[in-house]
Amino acid sequence: MLQAAGVNRDMTASIDPASPALSVRDLTVAYQGRPALWSVDYTTPQSGLVAIVGPNGAGKSTFIKACLGLVPTLSGEVKIFGERLARARNKVGYVPQRGSVDWDFPVSALDVIAMGRYGHVGIGRRLARADREAALSALAQVGLADLAQRQIGELSGGQQQRVFLARALAQDSQLYFMDEPFAGVDAVTEQAILDLLHKLDREQRTVVCVHHDLQTVADFFDHVLLLNRTKIAEGPVASTLTPENLERAYGGRTMQGVALPRAAARP
Amino acid sequence: MSLALSEALARLIAVLTLQAGYNANTVIAGTAVLGAAAGVVGTFVFLRGRALISDALSHATLPGIVLAFLAGTAIGIETRSLPLLLAGATATGLIGVALMHALTRLPRVTEDSAIGAVLGSFFGLGVVLLSYVQNLPLAGQAGLHHFLLGQAAAMARSEAITIALLAAFALAVVLYFFKEFRLVAFDRDFAAGLGWPVARIDLAMGGLGVAVTVIGLQTVGLVMIVALLVVPPVAARFWSNDVRTVALLAGIFGALSAYTGAAASYALSDMPTGAAIVLAAGMFAITGLLFAPRRGVIGVALAALRFRLGLARVRWLARVAAAEAAPHADPWLRLYLRATGLSDASGRPSARALREAPEAARNLSLWLAAITRRPEAVPAGARFGVDAATEVLPRDLLNEIEGRVA
Amino acid sequence: MSFTTFLQIDLPAGLTALFATLVCALAGNFLVLRREALLGDALSHAVLPGIVVGFLLSGTRAALPMILGAAAAAILAATLVHFVRRYGRVEPGAALGVVFTVMFAVGVVMLEQGAAHRVDLDPDCVLYGQLETILWLVATGPESLVDPAALSQLPRELVTLAITLVVLSGLVAWFWKEIRISTFDPELASALGIPANVFRFGVTLAAAVATVVSFEAVGSILVVAMIVCPAAAARLLTNRYGSQLTVTLMLAATAAILGYVAAAFGPGLFGSPNSLSAAGMIATFAGVILGLAAIAWRLRHAPRKVAAHA
Repeated sequence: MLQAAGVNRDMTASIDPASPALSVRDLTVAYQGRPALWSVDYTTPQSGLVAIVGPNGAGKSTFIKACLGLVPTLSGEVKIFGERLARARNKVGYVPQRGSVDWDFPVSALDVIAMGRYGHVGIGRRLARADREAALSALAQVGLADLAQRQIGELSGGQQQRVFLARALAQDSQLYFMDEPFAGVDAVTEQAILDLLHKLDREQRTVVCVHHDLQTVADFFDHVLLLNRTKIAEGPVASTLTPENLERAYGGRTMQGVALPRAAARP
Repeated sequence: MSLALSEALARLIAVLTLQAGYNANTVIAGTAVLGAAAGVVGTFVFLRGRALISDALSHATLPGIVLAFLAGTAIGIETRSLPLLLAGATATGLIGVALMHALTRLPRVTEDSAIGAVLGSFFGLGVVLLSYVQNLPLAGQAGLHHFLLGQAAAMARSEAITIALLAAFALAVVLYFFKEFRLVAFDRDFAAGLGWPVARIDLAMGGLGVAVTVIGLQTVGLVMIVALLVVPPVAARFWSNDVRTVALLAGIFGALSAYTGAAASYALSDMPTGAAIVLAAGMFAITGLLFAPRRGVIGVALAALRFRLGLARVRWLARVAAAEAAPHADPWLRLYLRATGLSDASGRPSARALREAPEAARNLSLWLAAITRRPEAVPAGARFGVDAATEVLPRDLLNEIEGRVA
Repeated sequence: MSFTTFLQIDLPAGLTALFATLVCALAGNFLVLRREALLGDALSHAVLPGIVVGFLLSGTRAALPMILGAAAAAILAATLVHFVRRYGRVEPGAALGVVFTVMFAVGVVMLEQGAAHRVDLDPDCVLYGQLETILWLVATGPESLVDPAALSQLPRELVTLAITLVVLSGLVAWFWKEIRISTFDPELASALGIPANVFRFGVTLAAAVATVVSFEAVGSILVVAMIVCPAAAARLLTNRYGSQLTVTLMLAATAAILGYVAAAFGPGLFGSPNSLSAAGMIATFAGVILGLAAIAWRLRHAPRKVAAHA
């Protein structure tokens, strides 16, 4: 898709095949003297969609933000495809939580998606035609082609989420961080997002999502990182979300009828 | 130059010690009462986040003042009737507030835009009216100009007494209803649950804010009256967490600032009262900002540094206990560990470190268990990992986690 | 009134007022989008001590020292606000209010004391501006408009404003997309490697500069109306980013022209030879325009309920 638009940024050529997409060691983040993350080590698997789960306040969003350099860390090392973040920025895409945006802002859906190309274009330069086409193509990919000029506040919740996903697609990254992409969306959008994630997985891109819902983790994702400020466990979903691990992560907070996730196989 | 300076200083001291004549004394004392009222009322203005609305209100009084002056001249009233001018001020001020609320209710207009818009355009209208008056051959219009930056020295004794009495009344009201104001400011829903008339209490608070603003217009000037309301409470905030203490300190700071500022304005030439008072209040604020023991910049920076060092020390000791110790990666922390006798010259753990390690490791485990299982039960001021968990954490939390930590 | 009088008095003053309004509205457009309209208010007050220091140190009223002083004051103000918020745990509005009023008081005292002693800056100018002193007395007729000698005597404030307007417009055009993303989604910008903080501070600095170059024309307080009102009105009239700026600038120009004409020639309609404060009139018109935009919005949106989303 993006190749057809003339954007032939062959990212894979500059990536060391041996190094994992994300490699984190001893990551510690503290706010006002309290640790939000404590000494977390993690490496992404070779393929498959990754979910980060854990109770509220467990540091899931903080983990992503720390990997992206958006919050200061007390200690730890983050490597993206074997390199420091500053050198690997173009290979990383980010879909933040939907709530953090001013929906009244006078930008259209297409404007927002085009912002995904800014990392490629560089400061002070204009967007090339290829960039604009990439944006349009991403918009079509999420099925919103006829809403291109609509101001974002006029879109439904599901449409807004798809706009942010399209923006991530336009970024054309090899590693994606997404913060609760499935939160508060309708069934149609949920399926659209899932299709998108599978497509990214097929294209050998790594996707790491904070996921809010234990019930659906097994259905949507292959691997999981279970966090409660410290790393509780990581690995394939079925073997990681055991009762013992879940108790270690969520215990102490009432689990009020939260059923354990089914170990469903992905189609 | 130094002769002029020492003369000015002598004059200032004379005024400050109430030796400059009955008129000056009345004005300065009256201004001090105003300062006290502004500080205490201002505490609630500040707590309710109304500081900038008050600024827009004060700027919106200008057209009202000039219109009241013109109206007074037309009817033949003596040219500077303070009550008339203040009535005009209140009228347009309240219209400005009403417009701000109306604007903010529109979806795309944010509160800050509404405040700025009313402030600027009403002040502009006032400036136009002033320019109109300046062209007229009317007496007494020089006094209008003083409403901008304030001028204590131009005040008549009767006006000073009026201001003092009004301010004292406002102060009495806020002190009488302090308990109600405090609860509504802090937890409105709870107060409503108690059956209190929350909306009316809110209105009373707002009304007092408007009153003190308008009362202070002639002394401090409309451009800076908001500072007399807000700077003393902010200065007081550095020293205390308790609303009562903050209000008390704000009243004291306000009174002292007003007193000193008015005296300076009287004693020295070319010293507008409003600016002098605000400068004095500002000095209280800067002192608090820098030097307040727990909230001042210096105090907080020192505490943060101690915490970082303490935490690094504890983490390193935990690694020592797990027999994973290596010299610390950070050269500054290596230095710190050496200086505190925990490591030898090459960065390896000393005998003392080996002794303290097991306790530090256990403490850290307790803290981690506490913060992962029940973070809300951890007391706010407690220092993670550094303070002794067994002394700082609540008993029931300790019981729950001690079993789980090996 | 002859054309020559127009060239000598109204053209320079009117153009100065127009450029000042445009410069302030340009910076204000982005501040309003960022929901930080009051930063304009704060800056216009906080830069005063910087202006006075720049003026005292350089001994002239040239723009550059005052701008540098104002920039320093803006940085000081931003730092102090940050400290007061963080250490005093004071909410942003109060922190802003404290810092800018105290700094303004410092500026006023320096100005009044300086005015008494030797300095050539009139304290009243700070409050109202002094458009009426902006004259082009060497103009003799239409030919002066193309005469380099006469043009070189154009009032300093006008030239400074024109240059500032051109420079700021150029910067906005050049960094159009960076400003947009750092205003709308600074987190994504940082994630993409675009230094959002730099561009946000750049906009703040632009507002400070706008205040400085405008204050001799319209004073420190009236700039607030120009920073906020046109942009806020434009928000109510359009939904598109590009139009937002265009409408802001058009409304600003309207306020400036109507305001100046009303102040300079309005009293003549009533048989009075005097004129009113043009700066104040412009600020008033800016407010009226906002009011009209608000009414227009109400009329368009009140009767129907908002349609349900797809």
